[in-house]
Amino acid sequence: MMRVRFWGTRGSLPVALTAAGVRQKVHAALDAARGRKLASESDVRQLIASLPFATVGTYGGNTSCVQLETDSFDSFICDMGSGLRPLGQAAMAQRSGTAQTFHIFMSHLHWDHIMGLPFFVPAFIPGNRVIIYGGHGDLESALRRQQEAPSFPVDFATIFGAKMEFVQLEPGERYDIGGVAVTAMLQRHGGDSYGYRFESGGKVVVYSTDSEHPLDQPEHTARFVEFFRDADLVIFDAMYSLADAVSIKADWGHSSNIVGVELCQMAHARRLCLFHHEPVFDDAAIDAVLAETRRLELITRGSAAPLHISAAYDGLEIGL
Amino acid sequence: MPIATHLHADAMLARPVGRIDHANAAAFEATLRPLIEGAIERRGALVLDFSSVEYISSVGLRVLMIAAKQLRARDTQLLVCALKSVVAEIFAISRFDRILTVTATPDDALALCSPAALAAYRSAAA
Repeated sequence: MMRVRFWGTRGSLPVALTAAGVRQKVHAALDAARGRKLASESDVRQLIASLPFATVGTYGGNTSCVQLETDSFDSFICDMGSGLRPLGQAAMAQRSGTAQTFHIFMSHLHWDHIMGLPFFVPAFIPGNRVIIYGGHGDLESALRRQQEAPSFPVDFATIFGAKMEFVQLEPGERYDIGGVAVTAMLQRHGGDSYGYRFESGGKVVVYSTDSEHPLDQPEHTARFVEFFRDADLVIFDAMYSLADAVSIKADWGHSSNIVGVELCQMAHARRLCLFHHEPVFDDAAIDAVLAETRRLELITRGSAAPLHISAAYDGLEIGL
Repeated sequence: MPIATHLHADAMLARPVGRIDHANAAAFEATLRPLIEGAIERRGALVLDFSSVEYISSVGLRVLMIAAKQLRARDTQLLVCALKSVVAEIFAISRFDRILTVTATPDDALALCSPAALAAYRSAAA
């Protein structure tokens, strides 16, 4: 069994829904309700169910943080963006009083992927264990530096009562970590990033964010197709349009929905989840990208099995 | 990759055929290279008639983007025309319709090249 819970899905920096954004959603909902009978609670529920996600929901604004629930009691987490704060609060509420072990896999050490650590309450609690894995040699020093003045008022040793450990992983090696097979993959991003392939209970989840795919290098494509091979879910950096990713934003270290679909189709993956959303995109814009990506999958599928496509939002859960 | 070409005054009209995907994008790029060089030499446009292209992947789109950049840097241009509906959708979803000049027909494309190119095309088509 694997269950994937998204706590932070936004790229680069956190964003918040504004008052104007809320007003727009209320307006859209009332427009949709025009002429409908809303006498009962059931009528209201039916109306809500008929509304698009951009009206009834929001993709959310926390930066990268994804939790994998496996058969293990331990927690598996990808990245420590601002989504780590609500994850920590939920972990405290669910298992308060019980010592916990958190295995945290870092794509890289850019700010949007580490900013949640100073607010991760389980790491303050003696008895808990936080093991942070990554491919970067400066993993520990980067996280200690984040706690130093003038960036933060409480230093690393003072704030973290839990046992904090750091493990550098070798890309391509398959590790058994708490009963989960984990393989890291070097990715193209400023200062490097790492993707992770998690295998547990016959299910495969790939977390691949902040990763640019040079289209003129077939060997690069082949490596990623192998990394995504037969995955039940690929969480994929689809921050830019393909046109932007290969022109004005070339070498910015991100990818597109089109490349995500192509790699997943070549790898025979079953699900693709668009992730690391562009912070300037509102909910309607992400909804539109999702609809277009599904359409692309449909018109390029041929005789292959369908690739199920979703767009990650803060709070999304995918059971595998 | 075979590609039929026809020079209309200063504009080259070229018609690729089939799928442009990961398997043959390099061949497509190699086929375009002399056409790009020719366009630069005569300071005329290169028009790709996509009416026989069934599919184009990201790798193929990148080849178009590089070609457009090379031509633009030498004061000429790449135009793509007559997209089949699937290819037109791929252009829209990838936003390549915003960074390349795309027209509905070869006639529209040649009209954007030069009066001489358009006249030559119309006379050949008549």
